[in-house]
Amino acid sequence: MKSIKKMFGGDTRQFGMIFALVALILFFQWRTDGITLTSANMINLFNGNSYILILAIGMVLVIIAGHIDLSVGSVAAFVGMVVAIAMRDWGIPWYLGILLGLALGALIGAWQGWWTAYVGIPAFIVTLAGMLIFRGAQQFVGQSNSIPVPKEFQYIGAGYLPEVGPNTGYNNLTLLLGLAGVAFVIVGELRKRKAARELGAEVPELWISIAKVVLISVAILYATYLFATGRPGTSFPVPGLILAVLVLIYGFISSKTIVGRHVYAVGGNRHAAELSGVKSKKINFLVMMNMSIIAGLAGMIFVARSTSAGPSDGTGWELDAIAAVFIGGAAVTGGVGTVIGSIVGGLVMAVLNNGLQLLGVGADWQSMIKGLVLLIAVAIDVYNKSQGRVSIIGMMMKNFNRSPDGPSNPNQPDETTSTKEAISREA
Amino acid sequence: MSSLESHSEPVILEMRSITKEFPGVKALAEVSLSVKAGEVHAICGENGAGKSTLMKVLSGVYPFGTYTGDIVYQSQVQQFRDIRASESAGIVIIHQELALIPELSIMENIFLGNEPSKRGVINWAEARLRSLDLLARVGLRDDPDTQVKEIGVGKQQLVEIAKALNKSVKILILDEPTAALNESDSQHLLDLILGLKAKGITSIIISHKLNEIEQIADSITIIRDGKSIETLNVKADGVDEDRIIKGMVGRTLESRFPDHTPALGETFFEVKNWTVAHPQIQDRLVCKESSFFVRRGEIVGFAGLMGAGRTELARSIFGRSYGKFITGEIYKDGKAVQLKSVHSAIGAGLAYVTEDRKSLGLNLLDDIKTTTVSANLEKISKRTVVNTDKEFAVAEQYRKSLRTKTPSVMEGVSKLSGGNQQKVVLAKWMFTDPDLLILDEPTRGIDVGAKYEIYGIIQELASQGKGVIVISSELPELLGLSDRIYTIFEGAITGVLTKEQANQESLMKLMTSARKTAA
Repeated sequence: MKSIKKMFGGDTRQFGMIFALVALILFFQWRTDGITLTSANMINLFNGNSYILILAIGMVLVIIAGHIDLSVGSVAAFVGMVVAIAMRDWGIPWYLGILLGLALGALIGAWQGWWTAYVGIPAFIVTLAGMLIFRGAQQFVGQSNSIPVPKEFQYIGAGYLPEVGPNTGYNNLTLLLGLAGVAFVIVGELRKRKAARELGAEVPELWISIAKVVLISVAILYATYLFATGRPGTSFPVPGLILAVLVLIYGFISSKTIVGRHVYAVGGNRHAAELSGVKSKKINFLVMMNMSIIAGLAGMIFVARSTSAGPSDGTGWELDAIAAVFIGGAAVTGGVGTVIGSIVGGLVMAVLNNGLQLLGVGADWQSMIKGLVLLIAVAIDVYNKSQGRVSIIGMMMKNFNRSPDGPSNPNQPDETTSTKEAISREA
Repeated sequence: MSSLESHSEPVILEMRSITKEFPGVKALAEVSLSVKAGEVHAICGENGAGKSTLMKVLSGVYPFGTYTGDIVYQSQVQQFRDIRASESAGIVIIHQELALIPELSIMENIFLGNEPSKRGVINWAEARLRSLDLLARVGLRDDPDTQVKEIGVGKQQLVEIAKALNKSVKILILDEPTAALNESDSQHLLDLILGLKAKGITSIIISHKLNEIEQIADSITIIRDGKSIETLNVKADGVDEDRIIKGMVGRTLESRFPDHTPALGETFFEVKNWTVAHPQIQDRLVCKESSFFVRRGEIVGFAGLMGAGRTELARSIFGRSYGKFITGEIYKDGKAVQLKSVHSAIGAGLAYVTEDRKSLGLNLLDDIKTTTVSANLEKISKRTVVNTDKEFAVAEQYRKSLRTKTPSVMEGVSKLSGGNQQKVVLAKWMFTDPDLLILDEPTRGIDVGAKYEIYGIIQELASQGKGVIVISSELPELLGLSDRIYTIFEGAITGVLTKEQANQESLMKLMTSARKTAA
């Protein structure tokens, strides 16, 4: 169990969130008489939420570094609008449009990053201003009209993997993708075990590894099956593919690269990071800039899916992305959070949205339920921390857990140290 | 030390056998204190001796029931439940860190929590009249509407005293009142204390500046290692600075240091005329033309009282991470180097282990292996990708060589004891392979056994030919470790003593006065 938890960042809350996600899916599957887990609904769910999940990837880095970005909805809408206009009026091809959108996102990000990192204005203020500025700019350049985008461009938001190869009755590329995913999980686990053995570290028991690999593989294969057997012309959606690629890239950056380490260090203890040689201003700048690039991408995907850029695109996205990140285990104070956790948090919100819609629950109730879910998820975490972080789910799992010690408990200071230090400070 | 001593003046306050324990540590053991009405009573002791703890017991910060022993005040046993209770009895404490709100005016600060009001509505006219009177009594001529952030620390101290006077204070406790003040402000404050004495207000003063104590105190109680050692009557006993120092440091030195034979090489690190200003207050110098050098294989001690500028000197050299640089040169291996950022300082082979482990030295959210490599990620990375296998191997290697007690290097650093946390911090800096290590209070908050091990690590680093600077408030530690000791007083280096020349008395003298002695 410990190793499964490790996979999701070693955080009990994220571990709990995965169980909550599975429970939610099963609950709606039961209540909707099996509509939830159909290929049409899954495709719908991914298409309708991919841009929020993509935003959550950028947002979790911002929040780990100890900031927040309220401007992502406006930035996404502005970039989407400018790209749509550029393609319509200047006639640039779709791929140049995407490049333009990413470059514009980078420019906006550099603007916000400069104010945050080098002038020292809190990101909350900078991006609150950005939210107003870019919302207005979007309506100004678009004259509050809807601007349609060309067919080729729509592919990134509403396209599917094409049919290639022999007729197997399934979408071949989706199958390949699923198998690649399973292979990735198996190889990754084998590699981890090998490395642990060579270094003399604690090697998880074999049955734990097998159970973990089997569980994840079954989940991937089932999803593959769902996506590969949709009505003709549909398969795994392109935005889902973009999301998967971004998760891999940013998961890697955040956990395996120097920049990623520095983001956690700056958010965890900025002064300690600076005294270790971390250039915290540069890190803050990069994190803010990256967020706006990702917001631009999300905006373009949304515009592509809805076939035109409109004046009210992106309204409230920042809040959905922030909620996903916090449900996914990040801390308001910074230093804590994972990319995969935020995706799980985003999926919890997405499944909730989707299931409630299928049940015919009105938007009023949906909003109230989502608000309560966010509050309760964070409340459980706060409660666990005050109790020395034994989560309810963790306690339930303890009985199945061979190794008695649960996940490490980073926020519980050593008793004797803290008092001794308290004395030395007081004396 | 009993009330029987007092024949001239009645005893206003007596603390009898006060014992205060924190889990695992006895901060105060049977401490007694007897203060006569209308006197200035000084409490002296080394850092960590228990002076501030004793004052916190007296003022109700540690409420009745959390300590044993009696507080007898005005012939009655008192049971203060909080600061309000002690204040309403007339005992007011002014802490080292002033408790004023910078954005509020002088007047608003004086009456904060004690506003003249009727049914919740403040009578500002009355407040203004009373504040003018109070300010006159402390000799402050500023407009009561001036914001506190606009007046200097010296005047802020006076506002604190005015605030205390407003609470009709009978015993005024001042914790290091002159630590942050310049000479003329200090003198003004001392005069004020004597003026209050003339009006019958008793003062208890904690200070490291022994010359000031000699000047104004009537009696002195010396505390050492949580015990009250003696009470001296300044006039009758003819007390001078040397006598106080002897009382403060009079403990016997045990053999607390591993054996070490220094092998000194050539001078490789030199700082000349280092002058740095306070980061906010431009005209306050925290380092004044300091010059020193370190030889290979040498352990150099820096002695100074808290606030003398030791940390400021170390951090300003370490990539200008503190204060505003004014002048000075750094030479490493004979070449002048510019260390304008922490990054370049690390690159030049410097390492700095901070005195404030928890808020400046560690990311408490991290585990041991992440912390160990955090200052030199490049070494275990290829094209910016961190090799986590190497990370584990490095952390594991240091865990073994430094004997860090932990179940695994995956453990969070917040779960470790102080000594083991310090080993992880040392490992982090050893992994950067520095030529010069600056260790700021390396054994603060660490128990004796772990201290011995840390000393061993420091000596081992010196044996490898590295230079080590040790900054410490514990003189026995400096005397036991160092090959040479510099003393700092108010930002300036006041002397340098070799291991043979140095003892607690000679160091304490240089640490508490500005007079220079030849190196």
